Amino acid sequence: MTAFVDIEAATLTYQGGAGGVLALRDATLTVGRGEFAAVVGPSGCGKSTLMKLVTGLVRPSAGRIAVDGKPVAGPVKLAGMAFQNPNLLPWRTVLDNVLLPLEIVEPHRSRFRAERAQNRAHAEELLAMVGLEGFGARFPWELSGGMQQRASLCRALIHQPALLMLDEPFAALDAFTREELWCVLRDLWARIGFTVILVTHDLREAAFLADVVHVMSARPGRIVLSRPIDLPRPRELDVCYEPHFVDIVHELRAKIAEVRQAA
Amino acid sequence: MNAALEKLSPWLFTVALFVVWEAVCRAFAVDQFILPAPSQIALAVVQFWKPLLRNSLVTLWTTVAGFGLAVAFGVVLGMIVGWSRAIYRGLYPVMVGFNSVPKVAVVPILVIWFGIGEVPAVLTAFLISFFPIVVNVATGLATMEPELEDVLRALGASKLDIMKKVGIPRSMPYLFGSLKVAITLAFVGAVVSETVAANAGIGHLMVQAGSNFQMPLVFAGLLALAVEGIAMYAVFASIERRSTRWAFRSSASAAA
Repeated sequence: MTAFVDIEAATLTYQGGAGGVLALRDATLTVGRGEFAAVVGPSGCGKSTLMKLVTGLVRPSAGRIAVDGKPVAGPVKLAGMAFQNPNLLPWRTVLDNVLLPLEIVEPHRSRFRAERAQNRAHAEELLAMVGLEGFGARFPWELSGGMQQRASLCRALIHQPALLMLDEPFAALDAFTREELWCVLRDLWARIGFTVILVTHDLREAAFLADVVHVMSARPGRIVLSRPIDLPRPRELDVCYEPHFVDIVHELRAKIAEVRQAA
Repeated sequence: MNAALEKLSPWLFTVALFVVWEAVCRAFAVDQFILPAPSQIALAVVQFWKPLLRNSLVTLWTTVAGFGLAVAFGVVLGMIVGWSRAIYRGLYPVMVGFNSVPKVAVVPILVIWFGIGEVPAVLTAFLISFFPIVVNVATGLATMEPELEDVLRALGASKLDIMKKVGIPRSMPYLFGSLKVAITLAFVGAVVSETVAANAGIGHLMVQAGSNFQMPLVFAGLLALAVEGIAMYAVFASIERRSTRWAFRSSASAAA
């Protein structure tokens, strides 16, 4: 696999009060094209900073970041993002929310009007894939939290990004809805084949979904362990109760306990 | 039955207020120079309906003109202030300082600049009412979710794109919410200016009537002001509800 996302010795200091805050130090991480990577770590370890670096929202103080072979110098545009808060716009219908990125990103932006029917069809198709068929004309407040998060995933994917960045997307959901959405994400990924970087606190989530789980140290964050998950695919939820899965989660947990101790 | 009663209750309370007022005036034989009874006020309204109407219209147009200026200026300034933190920080203290000056103190200056008449009333209405509009529009823009901004910025959206797609629609409920406050304030401004220096308007009429000891007419003027104020408030409250229904619905729903 060729490296699609390549973070090499990235260091980032946030300017602030007493000399700034060192969020990341020498973080090195590679994600292959089409790979599902998860990043876990103790809270405040700079996981979200990592996301901002990869999408070009902030520039590293030192180190190199490349996506798709090109150094990141500004917003990368080939990434879709989703966060813990679905952040849907309440004055737009679900469908129009999903279409929002197409109104922004080139080349769709200049063709948005011309390709209206085609875009809508594509959005409907995505909504159907996440189980929101027929909800396009609804408003976000008419949807449950889990449904809003599904729509948020569609919005992140509408411009067919090569890279999907997820920052604790399921953290605010109840356990059952969360597992449902794991499967939604698993199926989307299997079907469309984008590269994923999933930032999460949930080790089971990371182990269930990812090809590789990267463990970050406490701030200043760096990658202390990259654990390939050798579970066969397609994975069903039952895999979470198999001894091998439990062993992996234990191992990750032990590593995080260790880095928390060190901090 | 209960729902009907709830609908009627504002009217019942209003009628009850006037009935009690009338009863008190009669029972204690209150001099009409101190507090005229509603019946005497009604008589004054009938007798002086022409000057009341004429002056009400003057007050209405000065209020609306001042309010219109305030909306135009307030929206533009609010967007500038909400656009960047630096401008917000720089301008905010100045605006707070400006807003804390009682506007009645500004009227004499306006009179010196523009003479007695309607211009000072319009300007007072404007000065007193633009502040809440600026603050609300700026707040609507400034409280945009940073993550949503990240989503759009990562797609290569410019600041202007983000404002157009998110900031401005998002600040609409704040704007419309401020309009009903602003129209009431503009009304206050116009009347204050009229009582200090004008030759028309309800404020002017009340001062005149007062100096002629026509207390029922003074109260009739008050009544006219109340009716006008309520009407303008109602218009903007209904515009608010119509134009940003999503804001009312989404805050009412538990899912959001």
